This record gives sequence, C-alpha cells and structure tokens, in this order.
Amino acid sequence: MDDLIIAGESFSSRLIMGTGGAPSLDVLDQALAASGTELTTVAIRRLDPNARGSVLDVLRKRDIKVLPNTAGCFTAGEAVLTARLAREALGTNWIKVEVISDERTLLPDPIETFDAAERLVADGFVVLPYIGDDPALARRLEQAGCSAVMPLGGPIGSGLGIRNPHSIELIVEAVSVPVVLDAGIGTASDAALAMELGCAAVMLATAVTRAQRPDLMAVAMKQAVEAGRLARLAGRIPRRRYAEASSPMTP
Amino acid sequence: MIVMINGASHEVADGTTVAQAVRTLTTATTGVAVAVNDEVVTRSSWETTALSDRDRVEVLTAVQGG
Repeated sequence: MDDLIIAGESFSSRLIMGTGGAPSLDVLDQALAASGTELTTVAIRRLDPNARGSVLDVLRKRDIKVLPNTAGCFTAGEAVLTARLAREALGTNWIKVEVISDERTLLPDPIETFDAAERLVADGFVVLPYIGDDPALARRLEQAGCSAVMPLGGPIGSGLGIRNPHSIELIVEAVSVPVVLDAGIGTASDAALAMELGCAAVMLATAVTRAQRPDLMAVAMKQAVEAGRLARLAGRIPRRRYAEASSPMTP
Repeated sequence: MIVMINGASHEVADGTTVAQAVRTLTTATTGVAVAVNDEVVTRSSWETTALSDRDRVEVLTAVQGG
C-alpha cells in the first residue's frame, strides 16, 4: 500500500490508534501490535505517583510515534498550554488539537479549535485539528497552516459510524492536506468506508480497546483500512439504477 | 510558604525550586513537563527556578487517552 505522508513524514500504516479505553497496558500493547499502527495518540494529565507502567513505555517498545492530544480542553488557551507541555514532556512538536464544547456530546468547538490551531502553527507546531464534518472549516484550517484535518464520523466513543459520508467526501475534495477520519468508528466496515470516501487515514481507539477481543478487532481494522484504500485507488464502478449484464445477452 | 502541587497544598521552605517540587511526586525527569501558574517551565530551568508563595505547580505526563 502507498505511504501516508503527514508534514513530510511517511507512515506505512494508515491506521492511527488511540490509547484510551484499554483495560490494561498489556491489552493495549497487544492491540497496538496487531493493528500495525505507527502513530498513536496519548493524553496529557497530572502525574500520578502511584501509576504503574507508562503508556510511553509501550509506544517506545513498539517504535510507535507518539501524537499527544489536547483532550479535556474547553478553550484555545488551555489547548495551547497543553500542547506546549506535551512538547516539553515528549519532545515532539506534533499535536492533535482537540477542544470540546461540552461533556455530553464531546463535539469539537470550531471557534476555539481554529484559534488554538492558528496560535500553535505560529509557535512551530505540526497541527492536526479534530473537527466536525465541516468542509468550510477544514479549508480554513488548511489555509491556517494545519498539516492534516481530522473530521469526526460520529461522536467520540459512540460507534455510530460515519453519520454523514457526503460531508466527508466534500472535505476530501476541499483540502489537499491529509483527511483523517476521527471518532465514531464502530466496526471494520466503518473504517473501510472512510478510506473509500477518500480519507488518507483512520483514527480510532474505543472500537478496538473496548471490543470483546481487542487484538482481533485491531487486525480487522488494519485490513479494513487497507481494503478501503485499495478500493479507493482502484476506482469503484458507478452506481446504476438498473442491472447491467456482464455476460453477452445474445445466445 | 504554601504552594499547590497538582492541586494539593504543600508547606515548603522559602527558595524551594521547581526541581524540588517535581521530586515530591517523581524521580523521573523525562516524559514529564511542568507549568507554574499556567506557564511552561522548561526542564533546563527546573533547578534554577524558585517558587513563590501561592504558586500553582502542575506536573504532567502522558497517559492513555484519545
């Protein structure tokens, strides 16, 4: 499969994994390995002196690039500070900007997200913003210097799949930076659909970490992303209202 | 003087540094970042940055999420 390229960096996997929701670091480790991911998100939180093991050790052992996020932030100011702390703690200038509007829907706040993205681009970050499925906002974020856009398929953790495939297609048409379908993925067919719609990658966590068998679902997602990418590159046949014979109609 | 470290108040000696505040929680120096009153204090400045009364120190690291 062709490489995913974000901000000049190549990845041979088009599946970006999250680390949330796993019952243990061991289960997470197995799922990440099975998924074949090369880029994985972490959150930034207060250090717990009693915590045993670190998600960073798991990623380091598997040679997976860490993508810190600003999960838990409600304002641009909080997101900018979190990004700077992540850069200091992890030694990366990559940041997934995630600024949510309320805890019930966890939907991204477009105004705060744009503000944070602009400030972080100016501060030298490689910015990947989590956004609603809004083509206009995606284009404005690309113009602001973001290295990718990450529209949601559905609400975080909902497993509802891609609620508005048409908007995702419009985003793919609207921007030239990679479009990463983020949030809402419930099962493998959702991930394949994202790739068929033209997304450059899929980001998911809960669909794998909270599956009954995370290791199996991780393989399913890996293969779904690959199948969807190949189908996109192959070019699907047009949908027709009526049958079209594939065998000669003459005797 | 009193400082807040990750939301808990601590009585510390005058002249206590950021490095000393971090060591109350962890001996790790990598994978950790510090903000004092919402401003990042880079690792190279931990030893030389003295805290003031009522400072809010946040010691953060990467956790599972997203």
